Amino acid sequence: MQELVTRAKELLADGTVVRVLGWKRGDLSYNPEPAYFNSQEELEQFVYDGFCGANLSKYMIEGSKKEGKTLVFLKPCDTYSFNQLIKEHRVDRDKAYIIGVGCRGKLDVEKIKAQGIKGIQNISGAGIEEDTDTLNIRTIYGDKTCTYGSAMLERCHVCKGKEHMIFDEEIGESKDTKDADRFAEIEKIEAMSPEEKFAFFQKELSKCIRCNACRNVCPACSCRKCVFDSNQFDSAQKANVDSFEEKMFHIIRAFHVAGRCTDCGECSRVCPQGIPLHLFNRKFIKDINELYGEYQAGADTESKGPLTSFTFEDAEPGIVVERR
Amino acid sequence: MYKIAKENLSALFQTIAETKELYLPVKISGQVNFAAWDEEAEVSLETLKTVKSPKDAFFPQSETLYTCKKEGKKITIDPEALKEKEFVVFGMKACDVKGLEVLDKVFLSDPVDTYYAARREHGIIVAMACHEPEESCFCKVFGVDCAEPAADVSVWMVEGTLYWKAGTEKGEALTKSVESLLSPVEEEKKDGLAAGISELEKLELEKQKIRGIVEQLPYTQLSLEGWGKEENLDEKFNSPKWEELYHPCLACGTCTFVCPTCQCYDIKDYDTGHGIKRYRCWDSCMYSDFTMMAHGNNRTSQMQRFRQRFMHKLMYFPVNNDGMFSCVGCGRCVEKCPASLNIVKVIKAMGGDQ
Repeated sequence: MQELVTRAKELLADGTVVRVLGWKRGDLSYNPEPAYFNSQEELEQFVYDGFCGANLSKYMIEGSKKEGKTLVFLKPCDTYSFNQLIKEHRVDRDKAYIIGVGCRGKLDVEKIKAQGIKGIQNISGAGIEEDTDTLNIRTIYGDKTCTYGSAMLERCHVCKGKEHMIFDEEIGESKDTKDADRFAEIEKIEAMSPEEKFAFFQKELSKCIRCNACRNVCPACSCRKCVFDSNQFDSAQKANVDSFEEKMFHIIRAFHVAGRCTDCGECSRVCPQGIPLHLFNRKFIKDINELYGEYQAGADTESKGPLTSFTFEDAEPGIVVERR
Repeated sequence: MYKIAKENLSALFQTIAETKELYLPVKISGQVNFAAWDEEAEVSLETLKTVKSPKDAFFPQSETLYTCKKEGKKITIDPEALKEKEFVVFGMKACDVKGLEVLDKVFLSDPVDTYYAARREHGIIVAMACHEPEESCFCKVFGVDCAEPAADVSVWMVEGTLYWKAGTEKGEALTKSVESLLSPVEEEKKDGLAAGISELEKLELEKQKIRGIVEQLPYTQLSLEGWGKEENLDEKFNSPKWEELYHPCLACGTCTFVCPTCQCYDIKDYDTGHGIKRYRCWDSCMYSDFTMMAHGNNRTSQMQRFRQRFMHKLMYFPVNNDGMFSCVGCGRCVEKCPASLNIVKVIKAMGGDQ
């Protein structure tokens, strides 16, 4: 981690960048926050560890509007989002100096708590350079341990890989964290009857509190004014109504990001109610792969998206009936 | 003081539910929130914090206020019926109860919010002590004692026994209605424990244990110096720190919607095709159309909206309500903010030493 700070200081000092976008140490051992650093002194607060799950790509929409270049630290999976944002002209490549950082999987404190660990005072073993598979957790209720893997975000178990899709330089090693099939959960749902599917999603989506965290964190949701916020139209919807969340909000959002979602998993990470929102997006990704050929949004900045280009080989609408 | 064995709680819930609506922490799809009890409900009294606070029971996230219908040239307006049936909210925590005191200041002051007042009148609160407080808790900072929750009925769970103490007339009436399931705690009797102490003494020891844990929590020593005082209002409002603090904020409504004291709402009309339903729903000061008026919006940046939330809780509210802060230290925002921002970080960054 120190290497990142040192390099950031150099880039600030030689004028390559005027600010740094990274993560700032929190006041608990698991709550660092995304932050801008404007000076070498401020960088003393910089942290990069297992709890830095936040994808900083979307913050670069604002970063691109600022004067001068911003140094941004991106994990391998974050770079897909950044590429996609370039493709959609939402970030300015020339305003970013990208350091691709290594990643050994990101942690979710909820997964630690789900193992019955409460009253956390300190967590060790979450550092990026540490070569341990055990998290040692000091709590008010005694010392506990859990494995790094058991505390990892779902998305890290289906990691897209160690490569950065875009960067100016790379610092640090990444680890293979993939130990599950990306589409296994989708296949399970596909095997359900329509009634079972509906019941499953209804149960999950009725937990939604309409906080918009999934939308606001999503790098693919970058409309300046969301149709659901617009008070110019009847589509605005602030009320927490199950029928809306189950049949409209999340479904429409999934359709809107289809073909553009990189599967960064931020929606599921931030949901306060633990709704597995990534399942919708991943179902679309799987369908696109099957109907239009393998496609990974954000793997590059030039290719046309499967749903935004036309070819004579495109699936016909009737495919819906055939596949039912 | 009464008691009931943990394994008999479902019978207790059943009995309460025979005559009243009963809301308590229920696990649904992995998350625990207050929900109506039924026989299949997976009740989770061990859960320290429900995701949302129980404020929904008194101030629902969305509710219809009245319905307008037009027939020919005649328009009828039907107000929604007020709560008439008694209901019990079981397992609220001391911080959540304190949260209701904050809401009372808002909704029971003139002009009284009749929908809220009816729910307060018919709601019976059974509050539970927090036996294992966690690192995100800081209720003591706001004068809350989680070992001694004050409500219509206060309950403690000690070694598989739920101790039950009525604190108000409503609580006495509820106790009477379930008396057959409760057994009295004999105050003097030593219950044969190794230490030879009575059950009441055992309960006191439990409370001491809880207070001991609270002292060890990382946020317990948080200082509120400088907050809540009118003379500091301009200084806080104009602090350059807001500009640094707000940056990670995603402008989502998570903090406001899990909060037991956030009380802002929006009122809108829903066109049913043959009439209008006028409803209200929780609003969030984090949203861009919050307090939108005909001339536009008086807060045009996220920094201003972010500042509003904390200035409201820590300055405007206490200044207008005899020093009562509108934060109760439940720590839900600490746990749930997607960007790991929260009121504690704000208090620390701008408090005491300033």
